Amino acid sequence: MQTKRLGKQTLNFHIPVAISSFASIVGPMEGKGPLGKGFDYVLENDLDGEKSWEKAEQKMMQHSLEIALAKRNYHLEDLDFFLAGDLLNQIICANFTARALGIPFLGLYGACSTLVEGLIIGSMIIDGGFAQRVGVAASSHHETAERQLRYPTEQGIQRTMTAQWTVTGSGAFILEEPSSFSEIVITQGIVGRVIDMGVANAMDMGSAMAPAAADTIVRYFQDTGRKPEDIDLIVTGDLGNIGRILCEELVLQKGFDISAKFTDCGVLIYDPSQDVHAGGSGCGCSASVLAAYFLPQLLEGKLNNILFVATGALLSPTSTQQGETIPCIAHGVLIQRINKEG
Amino acid sequence: MFDNLPMAFLIGGLICVIGQLIMDLTPFVITPAHVLVGYVTTGAFISALGLYEPLVKLAGAGATIPLSGFGHALAQGAIEGVKTKGLLGAIGGGLEATSVGIVAAIMFGFAISTIFNPKG
Amino acid sequence: MLTEQELLMKINSREKMLVNLKDKSDTEIQGLTKELQKDYQQAIFLEAKAETHEERRKYRQIRNRIIDQQNLISKYQQLRYRSLIKRSAPKPPVLKNTIAAFLVGGTITSLGQILLNFYIWQGLTFKEASTATSITVVFLGALLTGLGVYDEIGKVGGAGSMVPISGFANSIVSPALEFKREGYVYGVGAKIFTIAGPVILYGTLTSVIIGLITYITM
Repeated sequence: MQTKRLGKQTLNFHIPVAISSFASIVGPMEGKGPLGKGFDYVLENDLDGEKSWEKAEQKMMQHSLEIALAKRNYHLEDLDFFLAGDLLNQIICANFTARALGIPFLGLYGACSTLVEGLIIGSMIIDGGFAQRVGVAASSHHETAERQLRYPTEQGIQRTMTAQWTVTGSGAFILEEPSSFSEIVITQGIVGRVIDMGVANAMDMGSAMAPAAADTIVRYFQDTGRKPEDIDLIVTGDLGNIGRILCEELVLQKGFDISAKFTDCGVLIYDPSQDVHAGGSGCGCSASVLAAYFLPQLLEGKLNNILFVATGALLSPTSTQQGETIPCIAHGVLIQRINKEG
Repeated sequence: MFDNLPMAFLIGGLICVIGQLIMDLTPFVITPAHVLVGYVTTGAFISALGLYEPLVKLAGAGATIPLSGFGHALAQGAIEGVKTKGLLGAIGGGLEATSVGIVAAIMFGFAISTIFNPKG
Repeated sequence: MLTEQELLMKINSREKMLVNLKDKSDTEIQGLTKELQKDYQQAIFLEAKAETHEERRKYRQIRNRIIDQQNLISKYQQLRYRSLIKRSAPKPPVLKNTIAAFLVGGTITSLGQILLNFYIWQGLTFKEASTATSITVVFLGALLTGLGVYDEIGKVGGAGSMVPISGFANSIVSPALEFKREGYVYGVGAKIFTIAGPVILYGTLTSVIIGLITYITM
């Protein structure tokens, strides 16, 4: 009965799970970045007409799911389940979005890996025959995250060179049983392990998360017997400039050279001139970049398959102040284009 | 009237440079809050040793505007208090000397946060 | 399943191997990690099946020794990773930051000096003028924070804008402003002293210590 699993951590879905629709919303700063044109909607300001940043983030998540549904003329009732998560305490954005939607909901927390955690569980639900169609969403907001995890936004603090900038953004994805219309599918998933290599600096998340990402990537190759050559692109969620280099090095130490086909959403989303130091981070980083940049490339046929690995730093303000090191996790999915001619 | 400006600039700038070097060269566990607390307490002790007053004479605002100057005022207030009121002055003198500054900070802080909203 | 004696022997024999982890290859260390996991499981089995509390405590000590050994390995791995991080970590631009801090800090304090000169010219004593200057600089720092400007100055100036008393005002206003949406008691009221609180606390305590020392030595 173990035929749907390869090795220790890799899930091999019997029926590929189609990503039938997706949408992304980002804040003004991300809109000005190099990927600005790809996002479905760019907020005019961080509050977006709401009374609090938390409300703005919640609205953003809800709106991105609604856009994703509308793109395929789906109604809310067409969704069997909604899976979502964010960075705020007790994942209030996801919970409040679920309150507004009124469909069966599973709240997720995997820090910045939440989106891929949702894609994996959503695919398992569909592959298991428990649902026809599942919505997955993840969001983050620069101001809500900064005030919760770091300093008040108006405080005159000089950010360190290793600090990353939490992305204001949300991505929503509709998973369903494949049909003749399906163009991109999830065929495999890798459930990550929690890895802690002793980094305690919350201003250096890239270094903390790199070992987790490397562990998941290496594990995927070991479980499936695949080589880096078999994959067009390996994309990590939000390692940033520093974590990306470290991850590449760690994977190389295990005997896999991915340097030629490795990139990171946190590196791509901002231009170096935007003064974000080590790059972007947050649930919304991987979610919005996947929807705005990588899935369109798969649709256009520029890429045939990507291994999308989202990393999460599982810390809290309490653990940081108590000097604890940062446990990290990375989950991955293999997303493929269905070759219509073949 | 402006001949004391260069000295205020120089000493004030140098006092800030020390803080910058602490921020850049120490491990991440030293946060801005630690640095500010350090400035006030160190300033108070240096002042108690009689070493801060010459700096104030030399640089004026260059020495009183940095937070170490707040420590200086606290320490001098306590010493002054002992001289005029004895033991009670030792306890209350520091805050008495700085009360105007602290109340101003609280007052303006509250007023500004009532009027404005964070820009992000 | 191992007996207590066998388990202790394994732990003791491993002790020496763990001293020189540097000489071990990655596969050897991986082997050690796996072995430790197995031993830990054995110790848990023994502990779970123990009949008296004394016995259970004894097995728990064995288990703690295994945990210590596991920690040795993870400390070593963390150390190695830290050296890798060090190689690739960007250095803070110390010289640039220092110059910026000097210029911004110097500008703020000489602005203070202009105010000080002005107040003295108005007929205040040095002490009064100094207090008036502090109040004015605090006001300006608070205002610029409210206008959303002070954090931009801080980005460039670093300690140059943090150490002057205007930075103290910024540290009061910024959390109060930020948590206004949580209400005036738990938001503004509680958060306004996030940074100012420790500063006033330790400043006051220091002044009391200095006062007491002066009192005793007088």
